[in-house]
Amino acid sequence: MLLKRIAPQLIALAALILLVTLVYPDFLDISFRDGRLVGPVIDVLKRGAPVALLAVGMTLVIATRGIDLSVGTVMAICGAVAAWAIASGWGLAPALLLALAAGAAAGLWNGLLVAVVGIQPFVATLILMTMGRGIAQLITEGRILTFNHPGFAFFGSGTVLGLPVPAWLWLLTGVGVALLMRRSALGMLIEATGINRRASALAGVNATVLLIAVYMASGLCAALAGIVVTADIRGADANNAGLWLELDAILAVVIGGNSLLGGRFSILAALLGALIIQTIDTGILLAGFPSEYNLVIKAALVLVILVLQSPRIAAEWRIWRESQRASREALAERSRT
Amino acid sequence: MNTRALPLYATIVIFLLAYAICWLQFPAILSTRVIANLLTDNAYLGIVAVGMTLVILSGGIDLSVGSVIAFSGVFIAVLLRDSSLHPLVVFAMLLALTTAFGAAMGFLIHRLAMPAFIVTLAGMFLARGAAYMLSIDSVPITHPFYDMIQNAYWLMPGKGRLRLIGVLMLLIVLAGMIIAHKTRFGASVYALGGGEATARLMGVRQGRTTILVYAFSGCMAGLSGIVFSIYTGSGYSLATVGTELTAIAAVVIGGTLLTGGAGYMFGTLIGVLTMGLIQTYIVFDGTLSSWWTKIVIGVLLLVFILLQKGLLKLSQSRLAGGVS
Repeated sequence: MLLKRIAPQLIALAALILLVTLVYPDFLDISFRDGRLVGPVIDVLKRGAPVALLAVGMTLVIATRGIDLSVGTVMAICGAVAAWAIASGWGLAPALLLALAAGAAAGLWNGLLVAVVGIQPFVATLILMTMGRGIAQLITEGRILTFNHPGFAFFGSGTVLGLPVPAWLWLLTGVGVALLMRRSALGMLIEATGINRRASALAGVNATVLLIAVYMASGLCAALAGIVVTADIRGADANNAGLWLELDAILAVVIGGNSLLGGRFSILAALLGALIIQTIDTGILLAGFPSEYNLVIKAALVLVILVLQSPRIAAEWRIWRESQRASREALAERSRT
Repeated sequence: MNTRALPLYATIVIFLLAYAICWLQFPAILSTRVIANLLTDNAYLGIVAVGMTLVILSGGIDLSVGSVIAFSGVFIAVLLRDSSLHPLVVFAMLLALTTAFGAAMGFLIHRLAMPAFIVTLAGMFLARGAAYMLSIDSVPITHPFYDMIQNAYWLMPGKGRLRLIGVLMLLIVLAGMIIAHKTRFGASVYALGGGEATARLMGVRQGRTTILVYAFSGCMAGLSGIVFSIYTGSGYSLATVGTELTAIAAVVIGGTLLTGGAGYMFGTLIGVLTMGLIQTYIVFDGTLSSWWTKIVIGVLLLVFILLQKGLLKLSQSRLAGGVS
């Protein structure tokens, strides 16, 4: 059941890895050096962390028939908050807590606008998207806030059990949220709200609280992604941190086969979508194409994957196969009589 | 009173109020120089917003326009540098190309039944990538024809210079108003945005309308690219990143509903001018940092949407009460 759901993403990822391996044979090489795993695949796991983290929250938001355009700027805000706290000597734990609180507050704001005020999610989150970078620049006062704190940098470049910390972060977040959704009724309630908010509210689902919680979850995921990015470069760049990552995250969710119209969702498939995007990015770099070609190749690959997954293509393929079978059966029928 | 036009009236009133407040603080803001510059500086945004309005009215969205503008600039600059074609020929080629690009996206959206958001997102990557492939560097445009257009202006009373591209924007808005409100195609667009199933039952040719809408948006993005290249005198593949979101914000401020089916082309012009006014105010003030622009635009977006919501609720409750 689960395998059948994520089969298209797995096939796409496998085909992509095969394609990259053809142009860059060492892609699958993994070696163990200085207590850590090294290799292009590990690099994909590490660099894919921000988009994968965002995709977890974005999947939930999209499942409620919403969209969260603000996650990229929330990353910048949370990164700026964390860097500011570290730079002014607050220590590690308060800095992390402050960043997460900032993410939750951003999510709460979005959630209130969507669920209580009733603004369309696209516009509601567009507001924070336009304002957010300004707020982040306000915190960093327009500069790139740098800091030197090994404990905080650990979240960007540390290693646990051979794997980079960012990879652990998205793996644990993804699996944790997926289990929470499927082991409890939460996932089903979110899907119900996404399919028909009114009907689910009448059936006793507290859709308002659920919607706010979902946007807050997205904000928290964005905060984690912001911490990873800020820790990785050891500085908060309000202008460029998380720039356009919301688009990659939405793309990851859609490649993961989740409908933008809400309803059924799979976090696992969205994470595979994020890996597909990162494999494309890393693959193009490793294959040695001039960097000008990156975007064109990425657009072409994404388009191919989307066309293959398009519901209408699938439906037409099924109709064509049915008609083939029908004509074959008719032929067999005729030959029998 | 037409309750559907209430958001438009509200937008106009807020714009005039904002202008009055700016005028009280800086009387010079009402001079023809500032007004003419307001038109010139926002010409490219206004043109692309006209295309975006039609797309949003049809219930879709076009994220590719910012990249298409950048591509247009680079395309024009590179072609003028490497060939001896006349700029007008290059313009014609470019418009054909961007219109075809928009039509192709519309075709995919209709044929594959995929969300416009995703298809135009891929289009955004593609157009930006194509611009990178042409040139990564900023390419200057030096051509006698360009000098001529750049220096073409009408000296208004008060020394304001109404430039050609500003006039072009106003003409495009006028054309957009005619297309949206006075043609059969425009009616189809509104119907499509109101509800696909209903539109189909009414006899709207859904596929044709969708393709035409995105072709129109692509054409406007190309035209906007031409204007932007005249405005900056160069082509740069990293230019106008995020313009699509500015355009969407302008359309929303202008009173058009993002769900499609309701809105006015004229409101978009006011939306664009409102955003331009904020920029102008910040320049006049001189002490505000650039990040305040973003925060103010965000707050304004919120205010406009809340206002629209309130008005909508008001008109609905009046309708329900049978008073109107």
